[in-house]
Amino acid sequence: MFYREAGDFKTTYADDNQTFPIKFDRYRYYAVLFFAFLIVPFVINDYWVNAVFMPFLIYSIAAIGLNILVGYCGQVSLGTGGFMAVGAYAVYKLMTAFPEVSIFIHILLAGGVTSLVGVAFGLPSLRIKGFYLAVATLAAQFFLVWLFNKVPWFYNYSASGQISAPERTVFGIAVTGPNTAAWATYLFCLIFVTICALIARNLTRGTTGRKWMAIRDMDIAAEIIGVDPLKSKLSAFAVSSFFIGVSGALFFSVYLGAVEVGEVFGINKSFLVLFMIIIGGLGSIFGSFAGAAFLVLLPVLLKNVLVGMLGWPTDLAAHLEFMIVGALIIIFLIAEPHGLAQLWRVAKEKLRLWPFPH
Amino acid sequence: MSDQMTEGYITEDGRKIGGTLMEMKNITLRFGGVKAITDISFDIKEGEIRAIIGPNGAGKSSMLNVISGFYVPQEGEVWYKGAKRPQMKPYQVAQQGIARTFQNIALFEGMSVLDNVMTGRLNHMKTNMFQQAIWKGKAEKEEVENREVVEKIIDFLEIQSIRKTPVGRLPYGLKKRVELARALAVEPHLLLLDEPMAGMNVEEKEDMSRFILDVNDEFGTTIALIEHDMGVVMDLSDRVVVMDYGKKIGDGTPDEVRNNQDVIDAYLGVSHD
Ligand SMILES: Nc1ncnc2c1ncn2[C@@H]1O[C@H](COP(=O)(O)OP(=O)(O)OP(=O)(O)O)[C@@H](O)[C@H]1O
Ligand SMILES: [Mg+2]
Repeated sequence: MFYREAGDFKTTYADDNQTFPIKFDRYRYYAVLFFAFLIVPFVINDYWVNAVFMPFLIYSIAAIGLNILVGYCGQVSLGTGGFMAVGAYAVYKLMTAFPEVSIFIHILLAGGVTSLVGVAFGLPSLRIKGFYLAVATLAAQFFLVWLFNKVPWFYNYSASGQISAPERTVFGIAVTGPNTAAWATYLFCLIFVTICALIARNLTRGTTGRKWMAIRDMDIAAEIIGVDPLKSKLSAFAVSSFFIGVSGALFFSVYLGAVEVGEVFGINKSFLVLFMIIIGGLGSIFGSFAGAAFLVLLPVLLKNVLVGMLGWPTDLAAHLEFMIVGALIIIFLIAEPHGLAQLWRVAKEKLRLWPFPH
Repeated sequence: MSDQMTEGYITEDGRKIGGTLMEMKNITLRFGGVKAITDISFDIKEGEIRAIIGPNGAGKSSMLNVISGFYVPQEGEVWYKGAKRPQMKPYQVAQQGIARTFQNIALFEGMSVLDNVMTGRLNHMKTNMFQQAIWKGKAEKEEVENREVVEKIIDFLEIQSIRKTPVGRLPYGLKKRVELARALAVEPHLLLLDEPMAGMNVEEKEDMSRFILDVNDEFGTTIALIEHDMGVVMDLSDRVVVMDYGKKIGDGTPDEVRNNQDVIDAYLGVSHD
């Protein structure tokens, strides 16, 4: 009954432009922020942070990034893994070269470097579309992984060919390296997620977002209304790659600590993030979170239920996971291209009219 | 005729038409062996409603595409606001204040009506991406200011009730209207309409005619439109260009054109709807 806009009239256009125009949505959003910042850090432990929260937060950033490119601007990319690797190697080089500078700055700079690389690989998008662009980004994926493997400068000539994150602190508290506390790494990632989500939301509700969506929906009409297609597509590549770079930097430095590029940032990563936004919902920030949560939680859940409770062998459970994810992607692509986000919207629509559906 | 080609004139209903806004000089456009436009010249004057008519395949849409920069003519010059226009991309043409609608609707199907119309404001919005990322302050202010302009246009075209509806769900007639709204949001100097009434019923056509006249009247917008319905053309337009097989076969007021023997033979003689 209380979930509706009836009686909640907007008197200014600014009010009407709010992220959550319905009061109840707004309160729920504040509640989530409150819970995430002020409750979770006190109850969280290592298992939860490593198995659920950190991958969820970091993949959310990558999913938001990819969603900007694919969902909002309509440019298909299979290079996510490669761009995450750029973020990881950039932050590694920066951390080791300038140890006195804050890791916070390094991660943002790593995003910036990835952004530039993304723009360079986005240049062909002016000429090629759809399937062909996907193949071009796939080339970027393989090239980048190959590059980080082949050129020792990137991994500081370490014998293993791996990169590993030295300890870095924020306000004296370790966020990278072997001696981190669960709550510290969690909060560190949460801050980046919050910033990224806000930026993404602001960009997509204004002119920039409308330019991207115009290009996505009909590039000819976009041009006729004054959108410079090159600038607009490249700005999508830049913003998208920035987010993906930040997520790659966090994934390496805060989450894993040590990385072998082909294993961690291979083509599988590209597909995983793509599946997240397909299942979560193309062109939706909320959907990016939903998709990341879903694909992070699904294996944890299956493992706990099938292996833990039913005693299945681990590899069988893993196979089942593949099948479930595959089936879901097909179902979503056919039945609900707007993903979980759309299901959520429909549910809210029903709730808004309840108990008088007409 | 010749005196009105150089300077402005007064229309039958007493409106003052200004000097030349756009002039097409000896335009020839070929697609491989097909000549879509052969050596056509005509002008569009400030404040007038200029119609382009002709049978199917005459080259009318091609002419609009030349004006809006989609097609580059092999020969000829485009003059706009007293200067020869260099070769331009469509988005650059748009930035010069030329907006248009398409024969086959070209809206952004995944976006709401409001967002579609807001895209028309793109070139009026100056904040950069960093200001937009922060939103509070400049970007929000600019958004609200432009939203006010857009809401006026939405009121003007009487589409308030579908503001938040995704365009993909709208019926054909309303889509045409939203496309006009998007073009008007540009606040164009020159508005190009490619068959704005095609596929509409009588009532919708009357509405659209009224809107076109009101736009011209209230905002002083110069309009060039392509239309098949001769009744509509005669009612709306101040001057008419007639094309057939890519050639210009008539140019003048509706009455002059109607009495031109070439036009009668080529166009008015053949049956049309
Ligand atoms: N992109 C193109 N490539 C090849 N031929 C084209 C192209 N565009 C138009 N033509 C040809 O140019 C000629 C003129 O086409 P145009 O669309 O300008 O006619 P029109 O007067 O708008 O006709 P209609 O009333 O059917 O809309 C036609 O013969 C058409 O086939
Ligand atoms: Mg046509």
